[in-house]
Amino acid sequence: MTTNVTKPISLSLALIRQGFTLSINIEAPSRGVTVLFGPSGSGKTTVLRCIAGLERASGRVSIGDEIWQDDQREIFVPTWERELGYVFQEASLFDHLDVRNNLEYGLKRLRLQRESARTALDDAIELLGISALLDRSTANLSGGERQRVAIARALVTRPKILLLDEPLASLDIARRKEILPWLERLHRELQIPVIYVTHSLDELTRLADHAVMLDRGCVSASGSLQAICTNPAMASAAGDEAGVVIESRITGVDPEFHLAEVAFGDCPLWVRDAGLTTDATIRLRILARDVSLATSAQSHSTIQNVIPGVIESITNDAHASQALVAVRCAKEVLLSRVTHRALATLKLGEGSPVWCQVKSAALID
Amino acid sequence: MSELLNNESGSAIWLTLQLAIVTSAVLLLVATPLAWWLARTTSRWRGVIIALVTLPLVLPPTVLGFYILISLGPDGWIGNVTTALGLGLLSFSFTGLVLGSVIFSLPFAVYPILYAFETLGSRPLEVAATLRAKPLDAFFSVALPLAKPGLLTAAVLTFAHTVGEFGVVLMIGGDIPGETRVVATQIFGHVEAMEYEAAHRLAALMVAFSFVMLIALTRLRRRAGGALP
Repeated sequence: MTTNVTKPISLSLALIRQGFTLSINIEAPSRGVTVLFGPSGSGKTTVLRCIAGLERASGRVSIGDEIWQDDQREIFVPTWERELGYVFQEASLFDHLDVRNNLEYGLKRLRLQRESARTALDDAIELLGISALLDRSTANLSGGERQRVAIARALVTRPKILLLDEPLASLDIARRKEILPWLERLHRELQIPVIYVTHSLDELTRLADHAVMLDRGCVSASGSLQAICTNPAMASAAGDEAGVVIESRITGVDPEFHLAEVAFGDCPLWVRDAGLTTDATIRLRILARDVSLATSAQSHSTIQNVIPGVIESITNDAHASQALVAVRCAKEVLLSRVTHRALATLKLGEGSPVWCQVKSAALID
Repeated sequence: MSELLNNESGSAIWLTLQLAIVTSAVLLLVATPLAWWLARTTSRWRGVIIALVTLPLVLPPTVLGFYILISLGPDGWIGNVTTALGLGLLSFSFTGLVLGSVIFSLPFAVYPILYAFETLGSRPLEVAATLRAKPLDAFFSVALPLAKPGLLTAAVLTFAHTVGEFGVVLMIGGDIPGETRVVATQIFGHVEAMEYEAAHRLAALMVAFSFVMLIALTRLRRRAGGALP
């Protein structure tokens, strides 16, 4: 335990508007990426704007030791005095400035010493890989480049928190693929907390450490990414895409069959070898529809990944015929989508030991 | 030049240019904050102010000139203020002309700037705020530069409109040579005196001038990246 425990991010906001009510209490860790996830109209962006002070709801906003809003004590810090970085859905670069001047806009207002200003700038340029763009006009940038410049511009001010509002939503699939690796790099290298708003399950599983699910202005689930994925509300909202995300390490490679071994509790799990080296940290996504349950370890099957576990819970799925079964396998939990009839035939219930047959596990690259 | 235009014409042209330059400068200073307020306010007075700003566009210049003349006079409220301040009366003076022109061209300055600010929206200012810029700083470093095409249009339109004004100037200024006689009133004077040749020269000059101004406006706007008028 360290002595200076950083306080978490704490939000308590209420807002009533025509046709929309927001009422949330959120605690988020002071490190890592917290994804605010939910359908459009659920209030994700409003929450983010309230954190930034761009909109005002009643309540309280505190980031670590700093209190940005506390209605009881009549505190409301204006946006320009909040040490935050904000990236809007469309890059919103200043079109009258070139890339370099866009990056320096915030920096000039910080009155830093020359040296530290220079490092702040260089770090952000390096982190987002935009050194080749510096002297370009903003009009000649692609959508992905614009968004990278916008993120760098936000980071140059050395914020205490980075807020990203659906930074990929306005981009096409090709541009998203181009920018995702940079976001994953941010995720790995940034020391400050990030709040990331999205309605994309893919972005959630790639980037989140912690997730808060919003629905019609209320928090419907929150917790670690693993916990959120196995949450029944989330799983049934995700439909076909319901599944779990496992963070693990590569423990070995089978060059003959081009497979990589991933540590998964006591059993290894074999996935396609994507050229990863041993010990690399990876994220695996295992969809509920790709996991079937058996009462014995069948060996005469093409499914090679068979993991023993115990049924932890059974919940009804969106369709009455189906159930979502959470199976605890050592430290991890797998989700399996099966029919109620299958459960009845095999006499499976909470506490039953089962074998999970994992048909496929996708590496999130 | 001296062969084509006599001294009288020269002084009228010079006065016209002075009036147009001063009016444009004053109007940019007045119209920019006014347009900014109109673009961002949710006040219920907005509609009333917009109507007042637009009024000079629909009123006959003589009506406008008449009321301004009355207000500037010894019994008018502006007249009372200027007398109390020791400035004397502004009717039939260059300062009075400037005041009249400013009111007369107000919509020509406010509308392009208002349009530019409205097109801008609040996003650039929000971005500036998240980058630590205070509101006034954001106004000068983001809103004004981005509204440049609108400001240019406003300046050129007011300039051209002031050069071409007649009714208001005649009412307030009274056509005093060297003091309030501008090109437009000079032409009128020539025509009254049946000096058609002199009137022709000045009138042709005005047509050429207006044409060049409008071409310059299009060029400037294109370079500033704005949509064409």
